[in-house]
Amino acid sequence: MTTEALHDIAGATSEPGQIEQDSADLEIQNYTINFGPQHPAAHGVLRMVMELEGEIVERIDCHVGLLHRGTEKLIEYKTYLQALPYFDRLDYCSPLAMEYSYVLAIEKLLNLEVPLRAQYLRVLFAELTRICNHMLNLGAHVMDVGAMTPNLWLFEIREDCLNFFERASGARMHSAWFRPGGVHQDVPLKLLTDLADWLDTFPKLFEDAMSLVIDNRIFKQRNVDIAVVSKDDAVRWGFSGPMIRGSGIPWDLRKSQPYDVYDRMEFDVPVGTRGDCYDRFMVRVEEVRQSARIMRQCLNEMPEGPIASSDRKVVPPKRAEMKQSMEALIHHFKLYTEGFHVPAGEVYVATESPKGEFGVYLVSDGTNKPYRCKIRPTAFSHLQAMDFMTRGHMLSDATAILGAIDVVFGECDR
Amino acid sequence: MGHSAPRYAVLEGLGDAVAATLGDRLIATRFAQGEYCFTVRREAIAEALDLLRDRYEYQQLVEIAGVDYPERAERFEVVYCLLSLTKNHRIRVACTTDEDTAVPTVTTIWPVAGWLEREVYDMYGVIFAGNPDLRRILTDYGFRGHPFRKDFPLTGYSEMRYSEEQGRVIYEPVKLAQDFRNFDFTSPWEGADYVLPGDEKSLGGPPHVDTPKTTEKKSDTGAGRAANKEAAKPSPEAAAEKPADKKGDKA
Repeated sequence: MTTEALHDIAGATSEPGQIEQDSADLEIQNYTINFGPQHPAAHGVLRMVMELEGEIVERIDCHVGLLHRGTEKLIEYKTYLQALPYFDRLDYCSPLAMEYSYVLAIEKLLNLEVPLRAQYLRVLFAELTRICNHMLNLGAHVMDVGAMTPNLWLFEIREDCLNFFERASGARMHSAWFRPGGVHQDVPLKLLTDLADWLDTFPKLFEDAMSLVIDNRIFKQRNVDIAVVSKDDAVRWGFSGPMIRGSGIPWDLRKSQPYDVYDRMEFDVPVGTRGDCYDRFMVRVEEVRQSARIMRQCLNEMPEGPIASSDRKVVPPKRAEMKQSMEALIHHFKLYTEGFHVPAGEVYVATESPKGEFGVYLVSDGTNKPYRCKIRPTAFSHLQAMDFMTRGHMLSDATAILGAIDVVFGECDR
Repeated sequence: MGHSAPRYAVLEGLGDAVAATLGDRLIATRFAQGEYCFTVRREAIAEALDLLRDRYEYQQLVEIAGVDYPERAERFEVVYCLLSLTKNHRIRVACTTDEDTAVPTVTTIWPVAGWLEREVYDMYGVIFAGNPDLRRILTDYGFRGHPFRKDFPLTGYSEMRYSEEQGRVIYEPVKLAQDFRNFDFTSPWEGADYVLPGDEKSLGGPPHVDTPKTTEKKSDTGAGRAANKEAAKPSPEAAAEKPADKKGDKA
C-alpha cells in the first residue's frame, strides 16, 4: 500500500506533526462496554452495560430478566403442591431454602402444626443447604479474583452435600422434599449417623481451603476496601443476609424471627466491621462453621416421631395405609387431583436463605390454587445496588463485587 | 400450638396508633394471621410510607408486590412490605389503582424502590409517577403487554426459536400442539356454578303430559299376545296372589 493510501484511511489528522501537537489536550471520551450475558464472572446471565473512563467504572446499567420464566404466573395455574417444585428452580444453588418460605407460608394460612421431628429435619437440611450454597459461592468468589485451587476443594464438600440430598429425597438438586405439614419422607438412621461423621471430617478440608485465601496478600488486595457499604446504605438499599451483616448490622431472621426450631438452636451471628467485599466473604466463612454447629445440635436433639402433620386434608397418607383403609385411598386421590384448599387470606413469610431474606407473599382466595404468589428474591435488591457499589472502582473489581453479592439468576429473574 | 412460621414481635395497639398518625390518608386496616395491612389513599402513599418510616421505625422496604383483581373498579393493588429492624416487626401498606392512574413513586424514600417499581410496571402496567427510570426489567427487549395481568394468557402471544434458514432468532405467534388445559377441580356438589349434566331434568319437577298413562288393565300395558304356551302361564307370584284376586276378576 502506498503512503498516500495510508493517509487516506487515517483521515484528516494524518500529518505526523499535528498529532504531536494535539496529544496534550486530547480528550479521552468515556466508553461503554458490555459485560455478559455470556461471561464466566457474570454468575449466569447478567448483562451489564458499563460506562468506563479509562479503567474506572462510571456507571453500570444492569440488564436482568434473561432467565425470566414467569414462575409466579405459572404458580397461579397450579395447585399448592404442584407449585412447590418451581421453588427448587429459583435459586438452584440452595433449593431447600427456597421451598422453606413457601411451605411456611402455606402452613401459616392453614395454621397447620408441624411435628417436632419434621421441624428438626427441615432445620437440619436447611443448614446443609446453607453449607452447600456457600461452598459454591466462596469458591466462585475466590476464582473470580484469580485463585483456582480452593474452588476445586470446596466443590468436593459440595458434592458431599448433594449426595446427602440425594439420599434424603432422591434428587441431588431439585429435591421437592419440604412439604406443607412436614417433609416428604423420613430419613434412614444411617443417613443421620453419616451426616454426624461428615460434620467431623469436612471442616478440615474447608479450613485448609480457607487458609489458602483469607490471609493471602493478593486476595486481600482484591477485596479489602472494595465496595464499602455503610449501615445506612445497607438498610436503604434493602440488603439482607450476609450483605447486611457484612455492613455490621447483626440482623439474622433465624435469630430475630425464628421459625421451626431455630429458637432452640445456639449459634452466633457473624458481622463485618468495614462493610467491604472481604467482610462479606468472611461472614459467609463463619456462617459455614455456625451452620455445622446448628446441624450437630439438630442431630443430638432430634426426637423420634412422625415427619408430617396427621391432618389428612393436607398431608397424603402413606402407601401402606392406603392398602387397608378406604378413607386413606380417597384422601390420596383427592390430594393428588384436586389438592387441598387454603383459606382465603394473605401472608408474607420470609426466611433466612443462604443469600438473605427470601420472602413469599401468598394471596389465597380459598381455592386449591394460589391467587397470587409474589416471590421476594434476595438478589434483586442487592444487584440494584451494584451501580452505586461499583462506581469509582476499577473494572476488575466489578467481578469481586459481584462475587460477594452472591447472585443466582434463577432466583433474581424468577 | 399452631404453625411454625417466623415469629416476630407482637405490637399491641399498633393499628390504632397508625390510624391516628395516618388520619384521613388511611382507608382500611386489616389484621389477619397476625399481620397488619393498611390500605391508604393512592395520592398519599408516599407521605404515609414516609411517616411510617420516620415515626414507626419501618426502615426497610422489602418488597413491592402487584396483585390484579380484574373484577374491581380499580383493579390493581400495589402492596408495600415494610420491615422494622429495630422493633422486629413487619407490616404491609397497600393502595389501589387502574391501568391509567399513576401511583406516586417512593424512590425518594428508598432507592431500592427503583427496580421494585419497574417490576410492577413491567408485569402489571402500573405507572409510577416520578420514578426516574421506569423501563421494563424482566421481560424481553421489545416485549408488548403486561404478562401478570389475569387477562394475559399463560401461554403468551409470541414464541421465539432459532431459524436455520434465516440464521437468526425469530419471533412467531404461539402455536400449541395441544390446547392449554385448565382443569376445574372444584367439587360439583359444592362450588359448581353450572348445571350438572342430567340435573336440568329435575329443575322444573316432572315433565308435563296431557293424559297421564295408566296401566290398570292388561291391555293398557301395551303388551301383545303371549308368544307361546309357557309364556302364557301366569308367573308363580301371580299364581300365589290369585286366590285373593279371584273375586275381583269375576266381578
